[in-house]
Amino acid sequence: MDSLLLQLLNGLDKGAAYALIALGLTLVFGTLGVVNFAHGALFMLGAFVAVSVNKLLTISQKVRDESITAFEAYTEKPYLEIWLGDLGTEIIQWSVPISALVAIPVMLLIGLVMERGLIQYFYKRTHAEQILVTFGLAIVLGEIIKVFFGANPISQSAPPELSGAARLGAMLGLNENLVYPWWRLVYLLCSFLIVSSVFAFLKLTTYGMVVRAGMADREMVGLLGINIQRRFTVVFGIAAIVTGLAGCLYTPILPPDYHMGMNFLVLSFVVVVVGGMGSLGGAVCAGFLLGILQSFAAMSWVKDIVPGIDQIIIYLIAVVILLTRPRGLMGRKGVMEG
Amino acid sequence: MTDNGNPTGWSRRRFLQTGAATTAGLGALSFSGTAPTGFVRNAWAQDFRNNPGNSDTVTLGFNVPQTGPYAEEGKDELRAYKLAVKHLNGEGDGGMLNTMQPTALKGNGILGKKVDYVTGDTQTKSDAARASAKRMIERDGVVMVTGGSSSGVAVSVQALCQDMGVIFMAGLTHANDTTGKDRRRYGFRHFFNAHMSAAALGPVLKEQMGTNRKSYMLVADYNWGWSVEESMKNVTEEMGWETVNALRTPLGTSDYSQYLTPVRDSGADVLFLIHYGGDMVNSLTQAVQFGLKDATVNGKPFEIVVPLYSRVMAQGAGEAVAGIYGSTNWHWSLQNEGSEAFVKSFGEEYGFPPSQAAHTCYVQTLLYANAVESAGTFYPPEVIKFLEGFEFTGMGNGDTLYRAADHQAFKPVLVVKGNDDPQSQFDLLEVVKEVPTEEIMYPADLYPGNLGPYEV
Repeated sequence: MDSLLLQLLNGLDKGAAYALIALGLTLVFGTLGVVNFAHGALFMLGAFVAVSVNKLLTISQKVRDESITAFEAYTEKPYLEIWLGDLGTEIIQWSVPISALVAIPVMLLIGLVMERGLIQYFYKRTHAEQILVTFGLAIVLGEIIKVFFGANPISQSAPPELSGAARLGAMLGLNENLVYPWWRLVYLLCSFLIVSSVFAFLKLTTYGMVVRAGMADREMVGLLGINIQRRFTVVFGIAAIVTGLAGCLYTPILPPDYHMGMNFLVLSFVVVVVGGMGSLGGAVCAGFLLGILQSFAAMSWVKDIVPGIDQIIIYLIAVVILLTRPRGLMGRKGVMEG
Repeated sequence: MTDNGNPTGWSRRRFLQTGAATTAGLGALSFSGTAPTGFVRNAWAQDFRNNPGNSDTVTLGFNVPQTGPYAEEGKDELRAYKLAVKHLNGEGDGGMLNTMQPTALKGNGILGKKVDYVTGDTQTKSDAARASAKRMIERDGVVMVTGGSSSGVAVSVQALCQDMGVIFMAGLTHANDTTGKDRRRYGFRHFFNAHMSAAALGPVLKEQMGTNRKSYMLVADYNWGWSVEESMKNVTEEMGWETVNALRTPLGTSDYSQYLTPVRDSGADVLFLIHYGGDMVNSLTQAVQFGLKDATVNGKPFEIVVPLYSRVMAQGAGEAVAGIYGSTNWHWSLQNEGSEAFVKSFGEEYGFPPSQAAHTCYVQTLLYANAVESAGTFYPPEVIKFLEGFEFTGMGNGDTLYRAADHQAFKPVLVVKGNDDPQSQFDLLEVVKEVPTEEIMYPADLYPGNLGPYEV
């Protein structure tokens, strides 16, 4: 029972990342009609915002380490610690949450530049051309990151207050041994917040209402004298923020490298397809669903029955869903069908 | 030609052309498969692949993981190789050249030729490693290939080197297979293996954790992981432990949460993390995040064991390593002449102490150079015969024997523990016990294999 609950939490966590990426992907597809293969790169860039912020905060001075006598050794003391003492140390420890705040404007800017600089020229082109150009962009962005940060994962740590394990069992009156890492709970909470704010923005604000109207009938909204294009650009920026935050906050769970975007891109496309092309709710539900199924598939008794199932479960589900519901779980008619 | 009624699309002329080209190609292939195609100047000497002949330099091939889960170890291996080349060429303070016994090395290169090197990236993948080794042998003309750090890589590169007649001095590789079922005449391993780790760790685990324990293993899913799993099971089950489950995880996994969750529920009170490099850093940190280290199961404190431990990994995992047991081939804090000389030159060059991977790679390079110098030739069969049964000391591990029957080096093994109270930034592991060679020795036919011929 406990392990089921824990695997459920693991699945929700993984699913949260999938859902956030897929949400951004669907948002862009639904508004701009662009199949954006560079979307995974936005996730990766978000993660590297965290890495960069950490690097900036820990710019250090070399200090001779007297405890080593065999040779001249040095330790690095960050200037922040030298100037601010304990406060400096705490700021460095909280670098991931701080970088999440930094990521919002940075990712918005990256999103706007990407849309205005490249994507806008491909609105009227075929999906195949959109895929090629955005895939190329993803490779270029990945390689740029590789040049600056190297090819190997760079681990980031959660603040010490949030890096231990939460005694869930004791809190909920279940088994004492039931614990779960704090940061993963924080990630889950943050993703719920992000998803609900995106939905609130689209459903409850006038701006969002116009965007939705534009998604349904772009021409009509245009004829009403609304500059729908500018609103779509903003939506692209929002999608970039959502995905970037997903990446930024994921760094303490998964040390980022330049290639992480590609790994998540494939999965999030599967999520979008399973959820139904163009359906925001579908993307979020499918994200959580696939994350949970992937976690349960890794349980040892499941692996005993079907070895290696944890590696392929997502694709297996995608095949089954596409065979039974070709438009995905919540897909609408007419999306990407003509 | 195809539209003149010939259904196969082949004309007589095209057939003849293709035939001639194929024959020429096959001829060239079969020729280059046995001898260098270029003109060999000292044709009076034994002829063999990449004979440096009268050249002033000799090239070694350093094939290490520069990307992938073992990249950090690979970087340290490369540092050690570069240091070894420096010392062989008489630059720097000489390091272990001054402590190695017996030695024929003079600090003037190998047989008077200046040592040069090329590097490659194995990407921690067997196919990439083979391609890189092949390139070094065919294009760069290396006389010896060395590197690691993955047993999957070592086994496949070793087989390639045997086929191509170039000596392979294995870097970090810990699977029993490397000098067991996949042993090769042209391959030598200085590093210890899974069997020795288990033999050394067993008694210490028994003493620290008792005889009534239930273990759960997370195993890197390739030949090294399987080897450690088998050896650890043999030793622990013999002392009364029960293995609840051994779950295999893909190499390069970064999120272990789904594999760690079932551990709690399984009733196990010891967790073996059979991972290395970046994988171990991830799995151990996550195991600690999931609260396993502070747990109490079956009325006993839950224990984590990392059978193959290294300083680089300990550094990556940080505070998580405190109190965790494992084994290692060598550690920089050892107080002997060889280790001290090596730590000093490495530390002065790079500003931090070497890892066990760096140590084994450095030693392997010197051992190869010494064998060539002593044999008086680069001709591989003679070099191999010198290394087989070679006994040496002063290289950090005490008295060491290169067993002729399987090309495995035998020397004391270290059992280490994550330091609870580090005295310096590098003081991460504490040597708990130096297990003497007799206790970890095993008969060469325990893991039967065939070395193959001297002449290829």
